[in-house]
Amino acid sequence: MNVLELQNVRKAYQNHVAVNDVSFNIPEGRIFGLLGPNGAGKTSLIRIITTITRADSGTVLFRGEKLNNTHPSQIGYMPEERGLYKKMKVGEEIVYLARLKGLSKKEAKVQLDYWLEKFGIEDWVNKKVEELSKGMQQKIQFITTVIHQPKLLILDEPFSGLDPVNTNLIRDEIDNLHKKGTTILFSTHRMEQVEQICEDMVLINNGKNVLNGSVKGVKDEFKENLFQISYAGELPVGFNEHVNLISNKKEKLVIQLNANQDSNSVLKYLLENGVQIQSFNEILPTLNEIFIKVVGGKSDE
Amino acid sequence: MNKLGLIIRREYLTRVKKKAFILTTILAPIGMLIFWVVLIFLMSSGQESRRLAVLDEGNILELNTGKTLRDNNSLTYKYMPNAKVEELRDNLGTEDLDGIIYIPKQNVDSLGALRTLNIEYYSDDQLGVTTLEGIKSTIANYVEKLKIEKSGVDENLLKSFDTDVHVDPKNADPEKAEEEVSSYRVYVATFLGGAMMFLIYIVIFVYGTMVMRSVQEEKTNRIVEVIISSVKPFQLMLGKIIGVGMVGLTQFAIWAVVFPLLYMGMGLVFADKFKQMQSMAEAPSADAPDASEITAIIQELWSFDYSEIVIVFILFFLAGYILYSSMFAAIGASMGDDQGESQSLTLIVSIPVIIAFYIGVAAIQNPNSSLAFWSSMFPLFSPIIMPARIVFDPPMWQVLLSLGLLIGTCLLFVWLTGRIYRVGILMYGKKTTIREMARWIFRKD
Repeated sequence: MNVLELQNVRKAYQNHVAVNDVSFNIPEGRIFGLLGPNGAGKTSLIRIITTITRADSGTVLFRGEKLNNTHPSQIGYMPEERGLYKKMKVGEEIVYLARLKGLSKKEAKVQLDYWLEKFGIEDWVNKKVEELSKGMQQKIQFITTVIHQPKLLILDEPFSGLDPVNTNLIRDEIDNLHKKGTTILFSTHRMEQVEQICEDMVLINNGKNVLNGSVKGVKDEFKENLFQISYAGELPVGFNEHVNLISNKKEKLVIQLNANQDSNSVLKYLLENGVQIQSFNEILPTLNEIFIKVVGGKSDE
Repeated sequence: MNKLGLIIRREYLTRVKKKAFILTTILAPIGMLIFWVVLIFLMSSGQESRRLAVLDEGNILELNTGKTLRDNNSLTYKYMPNAKVEELRDNLGTEDLDGIIYIPKQNVDSLGALRTLNIEYYSDDQLGVTTLEGIKSTIANYVEKLKIEKSGVDENLLKSFDTDVHVDPKNADPEKAEEEVSSYRVYVATFLGGAMMFLIYIVIFVYGTMVMRSVQEEKTNRIVEVIISSVKPFQLMLGKIIGVGMVGLTQFAIWAVVFPLLYMGMGLVFADKFKQMQSMAEAPSADAPDASEITAIIQELWSFDYSEIVIVFILFFLAGYILYSSMFAAIGASMGDDQGESQSLTLIVSIPVIIAFYIGVAAIQNPNSSLAFWSSMFPLFSPIIMPARIVFDPPMWQVLLSLGLLIGTCLLFVWLTGRIYRVGILMYGKKTTIREMARWIFRKD
């Protein structure tokens, strides 16, 4: 089942089209990457999903139903620009935001205790938010995002401004929630993060769908049959007549195979000719390379 | 609890629990108390008694015939027929002498020809206003009497020329003609109307800007995006306006109890001082209201139909507050942390309030003028002007019409500003023009 289905979603503002005919599905329980450079329309898209704004045309289905006002209580949203009421006490603030998401006072308190204990920050309850450091505030922000156990968690650049310790902490929590079956929409312009974390992805540029599919599938689609070989010894004479040799430096070889060559026979050929192979692996394109290839290196950045 | 309730609750509680709120709520009455105490002490301490020697070189005042200058509370006069200024100077500041009044020979043939009496005053201290006025009025009164006496005119005849005019207002409606209406009513009504008008005027500014600042804060620290992914922007705006409005009502409710209590307490503690001041006020030269006037005013204060006044006041107060604070909220949402821009827009919104206040000042002096009528119908002015008029018993249809127009406008404005708010709150980085804000009204979600 798809938690979210977008079909031909379009949203225009006065001077420009922010989202132009975007379609994708997010299957339940997956980590889905929403990729795109700054200004590509990610935030506009997220605002449509969180019912902050409405699409001009196209449909958005949440768990099979047309998106409506009851759905935000099942969505947790952490915007890129984070903010909390600075003058409120940590406990009061978390409970307030949880109750806005539809939790009862009692449930909110139970969840508050659970999360504070989990992060080991029980003694912050009565501190004002402004007394906390930025990293501490990020933790509070994360708690307010997930406290109502959302079916869909939307994280907009969740790691921006985090130190490595907190980055790992949040990543672990994302993993935990993922294991529990939470669907996660992960929006970023940092392609390498998507590679590390996401299973599926959509790439948008200038408001349009550019690529859509599983991360592995997308990479397979764009692979160029490049292989890297580290070796010791001499290459057989005439090796470069059989394969397309891209580079050969310091006993590191990059070759490109054509459609009717397969890697096994290359490996076999080298072994039979007495080359000592230390490693043999396929070079898959990074999403960054794919992105540059697809949009021609042009982004609005 | 529904979400609007949650927002109202938060907006209300965070403010009421703030130190600033508790302080202003408590400090304002205490400040008033200190003000009163200081005032009472100033007024009584200013009445230090002074003993003055009177030297009349030309014997113009004829004090040698046994006539005396009349002492009042603080000034006592002692006629010293043969003394010289040079001799008395050395005694200044001692037990029986604070100042010397020296009346030189005047350049006129007779008292009747005297237009200006030049006298000199010697003292170690600076001449104070109270003392100066006391001396002037005492001697002027004395000379006037002396002149009358000399001219041979009967003093009673002269007095009979003075006439007091007393206006007794009567209702033209024969059914109401029996009702006792005193002429003080108009003064009391003016005071009451003015006070209510002033209160609403202040509230619109203080609480309107409080709403604006709160909206700006939410926008600037970006929490708004989290909140409006849970609730509609309109709910957030409305919750804020209602919550802040309730803070205002709470403050007034506290003051409504505390101020009269303080006033009564003051009355008990300073009963003696008040009596003393009253007796001073009753001195013949001063034209302060006498006791019967004060009781008449108090009676008038009780004669108003307060249930009607309070209901009208609260309705116009609330509608006026909501009308203006919704505009302030829209400004806050559009401008974010751009203080300069929001200030100039605030000014635009403030202009009708200020105009209304000035019209209101004219309206309470002429409560049935066409200016008063039309301005109390105009929704941007009526929250300030109608409460000022209500104490003058305007026809009921006028009150209802004005209220209807105001509530209608209020709903329209809340809707309009809600539309602006909804778009503005998510706009960052761009300068917003008024034209753009107008366009936002018609923009779809």
